[in-house]
Amino acid sequence: MRNLVAFPILTLAVIVQSSIVSGIPLLRGYADLTLVIVIAWSLQEEAITAWYWAIVAGALTSFITGLPWGIPLTAFLAAVFFSKTLQKRIWQAPLIALFTVTFLASLFSHLLSFAYLNVTGASIQFADAFSLVTLPSLLLNLLIAVPVFWLMRDLARWTYPIEEDEE
Amino acid sequence: MKDLLSRSLQTAIIFLVVGGIIALALGGYFGSASNWFSSMLVDTQTWFSTRFVAIQDFFAAPRDVNSLRQRNAELETEAAALRAQVIELSERASQVDTLAALVNYSRVNPESSYIAADVIGRDPSPFLHYVIINRGSNDGILRGMPVVTDQGLVGRVDAVIADAARIQLITDPSAVINVHLQNSDIEAVLHGSITSDLTLSLIPQDITLVEGDLVLTSGLGGGFPTDLPIGQVTNIRKREADLFQQASVQPVVDFSRLSIVLIITNFRPVDIEPLIPTLTP
Repeated sequence: MRNLVAFPILTLAVIVQSSIVSGIPLLRGYADLTLVIVIAWSLQEEAITAWYWAIVAGALTSFITGLPWGIPLTAFLAAVFFSKTLQKRIWQAPLIALFTVTFLASLFSHLLSFAYLNVTGASIQFADAFSLVTLPSLLLNLLIAVPVFWLMRDLARWTYPIEEDEE
Repeated sequence: MKDLLSRSLQTAIIFLVVGGIIALALGGYFGSASNWFSSMLVDTQTWFSTRFVAIQDFFAAPRDVNSLRQRNAELETEAAALRAQVIELSERASQVDTLAALVNYSRVNPESSYIAADVIGRDPSPFLHYVIINRGSNDGILRGMPVVTDQGLVGRVDAVIADAARIQLITDPSAVINVHLQNSDIEAVLHGSITSDLTLSLIPQDITLVEGDLVLTSGLGGGFPTDLPIGQVTNIRKREADLFQQASVQPVVDFSRLSIVLIITNFRPVDIEPLIPTLTP
């Protein structure tokens, strides 16, 4: 039952992303709230449903974006993969893991979108895409990563309370 | 008998003295004494009155502070509500202006039928220039329908669900529109870009472009109706080494402040894919 918390949280995140966050650009880029939420959740020790969150986030984002459904889904799954891989190596420094995964996942997501659009014939210059879209988006994602991480930590503790040993 | 006489005499003397004093006072002979007395009386009364008011204030003051605080809170709440009302009304006024412009546009262009829709979101990907509107197939919206404002072309419907639709803006990097220039009657192709800049391409080198020329839809390809305004030519790039010249276009629609749009519902885009010749081996 507690796994269902992903649906309201991610639905709200996608709505906020589409209606508010996408309207606050830095140059031509803006933050990806849904991606950062999935990353922050997957870095929580208690969260065992990160892959499930990635699939739900990918499905919800695919519903409103003009990109084909495979692009956001792959980006979210890759974000969880980066999180799980790094979490095992630098579990003592969650903030370093958070920043590293946010950076890698955002970069991967943008490269995937850029590659798809170029293949389909859209007129996008790599230099413009990188300097006007990817770099500002990276910066914004890193800025919102910390508050989102603390919110997700509270949510994880609320959803999966620590069970005390009975003696 | 002697006692009675003596008592009557005393009473008469007292009356005479009192009467005499009153007569003297009424006659003004006791002015200074009267002033001194009344002054003393007023001072005494003032002293008592001041102390009484001070004591009364001391006991009554806390109740007044509380009532003042309560009143202040009420007024602050009322002021906040009024401020919110002002914001809401100014927003409505702005919306009414936009709607009035759209109604005016539909009156000036009666050949098309329109449905107005609110822009409720944007694409989550910064690489795409799409907006989400609150009208869908339940309102008769179909994929490919052109979207305009009173200023000009916005884009076309890219995807539709029951109560919403996604619009591809003309600034999208994947958007390609056949256009012509109003003054010089030149056909060209308009591209969007990731920076929202519009570029005219495929303009022959022997054509003389003029800055400020109005760019309109040509209707070629069947994707849009003819003569929808798009923008003005601003920057012409003509190099002899190139096959074609290019130009930048300043869009007439402010895409950053897009809030209400009109969907042209009586236009059906033509799918010309089957007519395009393909290379056969």
